[in-house]
Amino acid sequence: MNKRQVYVVDGARSPFLKARGKRGVFSASDLAVHAGRSLLIRQPFSASDLDEVIMGCVMPEPDEVNIARIIALRLGCGDYVPAWTVQRNCASGMQAIDAARLKIMSGESDLVLAGGTEAMSRAPLQLRPEMVDWLAAWWRARSLGGKLSLLKKMKLGFLAPVITLLKGLSDPIVGLSMGQTAENLAHRFHITRTEMDSFAVASHQKVEAAVEKKWLDEIVPIISNTGQIYANDDGVRGDSTVEKLGTLRSVFDKIYGLVTAGNSAQVTDGAAMLLLASDDAVKKYKLPVLGTIDDVQWSALAPEQMGLGPAYAIPPLLKRNQLGIDDIDAWEINEAFATQVQANLLALNDDDFCKQALGLDAALGNIAEDKLNREGGAIAIGHPVGASGARIVLHLLESMKRNQEKQGVAAICIGGGQGGAVLLSGGKS
Amino acid sequence: MSEHTMWKLDIDEAQIGWLHFDVPDSSANTLSQQALVELDQIMDVVSNSNLHGLIICSDKKKDFIVGADIGEFTQVTNTEEAEAFIQSAHITFKKIENLSVPTVAMIHGHCLGGGLELALACDYRIIDESAKLGFPEVFLGIFPGFGGSVRSIELVGVSAAMTMMLSGRTFVAKQAKRMGLADVMVPFRHLHHAAVHTIEHAAKIRAKKTSFSEKLMRSFVGRKLVASILRKKTKKLANPKHYPAPFALIDLWEELGGNREKMFAGEVKAVAKLILLPEAQNLVRLFFLQERLKSLGKGEPCTLNHIHVIGAGMMGGDIASWCVLQGLKVTLQDQSAEVVAAAVKRAAVLFDKKLYTPRARQEAMDRLIPDLRGDGVQQADIVLEAIIENLEIKQGLYQSIEPKMKAGAILATNTSGIPIDALAEKLAQPQRLVGIHFFNPVAKMKLVEIVAGKTTDDATLHIANAFVTRIRRLPLPVKSSPGFLVNRILMPYLMEAIQMVEEGIKPEAVDQAALDFGMPMGPITLADRVGLDICLAVANDLSEISSDKVPTYLSQWVQEGRLGLKSGEGFYRYKQGRALKSKNIHDLKYHKDVPNRLILRIANEATRCLREEIVADEDLLDAGMVFGTGFAPFRGGVMKYIATEGKEKISEKLEYLEQEYGARFKKDDGWS
Repeated sequence: MNKRQVYVVDGARSPFLKARGKRGVFSASDLAVHAGRSLLIRQPFSASDLDEVIMGCVMPEPDEVNIARIIALRLGCGDYVPAWTVQRNCASGMQAIDAARLKIMSGESDLVLAGGTEAMSRAPLQLRPEMVDWLAAWWRARSLGGKLSLLKKMKLGFLAPVITLLKGLSDPIVGLSMGQTAENLAHRFHITRTEMDSFAVASHQKVEAAVEKKWLDEIVPIISNTGQIYANDDGVRGDSTVEKLGTLRSVFDKIYGLVTAGNSAQVTDGAAMLLLASDDAVKKYKLPVLGTIDDVQWSALAPEQMGLGPAYAIPPLLKRNQLGIDDIDAWEINEAFATQVQANLLALNDDDFCKQALGLDAALGNIAEDKLNREGGAIAIGHPVGASGARIVLHLLESMKRNQEKQGVAAICIGGGQGGAVLLSGGKS
Repeated sequence: MSEHTMWKLDIDEAQIGWLHFDVPDSSANTLSQQALVELDQIMDVVSNSNLHGLIICSDKKKDFIVGADIGEFTQVTNTEEAEAFIQSAHITFKKIENLSVPTVAMIHGHCLGGGLELALACDYRIIDESAKLGFPEVFLGIFPGFGGSVRSIELVGVSAAMTMMLSGRTFVAKQAKRMGLADVMVPFRHLHHAAVHTIEHAAKIRAKKTSFSEKLMRSFVGRKLVASILRKKTKKLANPKHYPAPFALIDLWEELGGNREKMFAGEVKAVAKLILLPEAQNLVRLFFLQERLKSLGKGEPCTLNHIHVIGAGMMGGDIASWCVLQGLKVTLQDQSAEVVAAAVKRAAVLFDKKLYTPRARQEAMDRLIPDLRGDGVQQADIVLEAIIENLEIKQGLYQSIEPKMKAGAILATNTSGIPIDALAEKLAQPQRLVGIHFFNPVAKMKLVEIVAGKTTDDATLHIANAFVTRIRRLPLPVKSSPGFLVNRILMPYLMEAIQMVEEGIKPEAVDQAALDFGMPMGPITLADRVGLDICLAVANDLSEISSDKVPTYLSQWVQEGRLGLKSGEGFYRYKQGRALKSKNIHDLKYHKDVPNRLILRIANEATRCLREEIVADEDLLDAGMVFGTGFAPFRGGVMKYIATEGKEKISEKLEYLEQEYGARFKKDDGWS
């Protein structure tokens, strides 16, 4: 395999729109197309020049099978650009970037559109398995007698829909919701409710400040068919306070739990798209460079503690690249839950944990607060599961560019017990 | 037996005859006299052969048959000739109808006018999903004369058939199938199989079932009732004095709808009469003028995929959505996100109306790309600005975008008043600036003025013409001078109308005079619609070449914000977009001079424009006025009107008006 440098040329994301009960205005493919077309019109090449399109998406709608292909065709890539969709739960967007990276490194592709999209508000309601079986029997039954006897077997409970969103946010192997795995971490690392809520408030405030300073330039405003403009992430609450958040009830472990809707990531719709290129493509089209993707690490751990995924992925990534924590100028750790991010920081700075769980000689070190999620995170912005992995990579590169920084790490925890981390270098054109 | 050049009969192993229609040296099939003669001969051959069935199809890639040969309409000089021609078509189509074996019209693409009438003479119509069927004859001043009026009513019922024939609309495959116009609709891959299958399973005699309500409508009393309803409806859209054809059709059916043979015969006489009327001849001339304008966009093919529009207001936004509807990618830029959003909303409404599937609408919306940062400039084939009418602001915009434009791209302006040469002053490459002036509303007004400056080069003009043709509008080259052609000729007409209101003539009366002449809208209504502020601005633009003074009351109104329709009040008051006009018939009465005052100002200005060579010839001027303002099409245009009335007579009228009303009626030097 001929290892080649992998450049990030440019990227754009849609505003992240909070799921509020009704189906959102935009489908997952709509969001990706809106972001993608704005990204493509500012390039010196056309959509049909891409070698392929790779998208992460966890819950496409039934008419979005291989959503990457649908997005590619809608973006005008034409008939001859292949496309595929990847899924590694909450890191699907990061997985898409990794897949693109490997294709470019191997020399198979030179110019790839990679990213992630999700419309969690449109996660389907399904019929229960009992209802499906009953319907199958009903359609098969020909005689009146057959149908009548089926009517007797029908129970009202059959009609209750399955809320696939809740299923998706739960782990079937260990029987815990994602929020409950966060409670596990709070217990293990003695994180208090107040600490979680403070972290959450800080996230909102950082986003609000960034919006004012126009530091979230990667967002492209999108317009619905009814002429409604969506220009900003709409779940941000700059007026949040620890007091207000303190009044919220725990939502995953009722009564006794600490994790609430306020200190968890929001359920959101959104898309993030990046253009990755090889050296040859950069030269051919004279492309500016936002940065490079130097390395990616995937690690696995106990599903009950899935939130610690970053703690498992970051050390091997740094070691392989002969870097220490202090060598990293900027960090993004996806804020699935406030307590989960805090647990990772505590774990990496704890000798016992690093020795026993990670097999290291000592604690890895402290990730400085002012280097982490500087413009806020998923608690305020939202966590469309397929897109977040791509959003944090894009945002970190933009943030590093603004601060002229060299090295960055974006990490994410993954439902099911995994963690992903990406090592990024800031670019010069 | 003579050589057949257009029709070819093949007989397959199943003894089914395939009658292929392929007019040589033409991309589309039309039914000329020669085509019908050949068809007649072939039908004799077919009747004597032992076929199991006959399938009539077209070898053209895109369409079945787009109609009769319109050029031949202008060659008939008397009623006998016309009747003979039409009658022979009737006889030929009867031969198809009377064939003892099943006949199938196998239709893809456009099947219009005479082509549809031929298809109706067959037993079955098998169409594919691309098929579009219609009777556009009414746009040429006639109605279906090859038996189509009789057969369409028989097949789909009087309501659907009359809608088709009176509106001239084209119906897509799904609609045609639903109406019963087509028997079977299939994807193209099954068109052949479906045609053969139909013949093999056809009943010997096809029972024509008529519903009870349909039978009632066709009765003597029923026809009288339905005809009066149809007349009332049609009068709302067309004046019977100006457009006799639809009313002749209604009359024909009312009188003879109960007797098939009599109605056939009546059709021949009625259509022969209509063809020779000046109305039809004028409309046919306009048809050819359209073709002439369309040909301006032909020649070297250009890549036109991506248009960048700057200025998303009423004009810019609608130009953008029209371009998208015609298959182009458009990036739409404006300083205000709200203005772009409003344009997107209007586009969604347009696509909803004009596109028939959710995917088609989605695909169109995907190609309309809001672009607040102007990123689209670098990739666009054409950058078109429709921003505020201000020289400095436009020049500033050009300076910022010109360096970003790609090689070979052109810069177009939708300006209606600023001279192209002034706009070109600060450009590094002034040869690529051209005026492409659209009219409002873009979806309805076909005309686009192409304005070359002194420096505009041929390559740029070619791209401009090709672009306008590509988006199915009509390019009209005009000289760069104030008001170009259309606004310049229209202004004196509007000024005269405004003057009349100042004199105390009721606005309703002024409008009525214009409507009675055949204008689609009265000048006062037009002024309100366009916006009194715009009218004022255009009048100011033209002030250097016109002696008309804007009445002070108008400037005052504009200052007060009384702008017409958009502000809720102008000359008329508006409620929910509708003008509140007086219904009192006395308010609609006008002095006999009023129409002449209005129309002769147009005539005079048009003559002046010709003399100043604003446009190359009289035909082009007529095309401009008809397609840019809807000037009484049945009159053929301004210059045709003058020729019909007589130059002498109009001259005299102008002299009279000059005496009575003032120097503004002074005959231009071009009259001599």
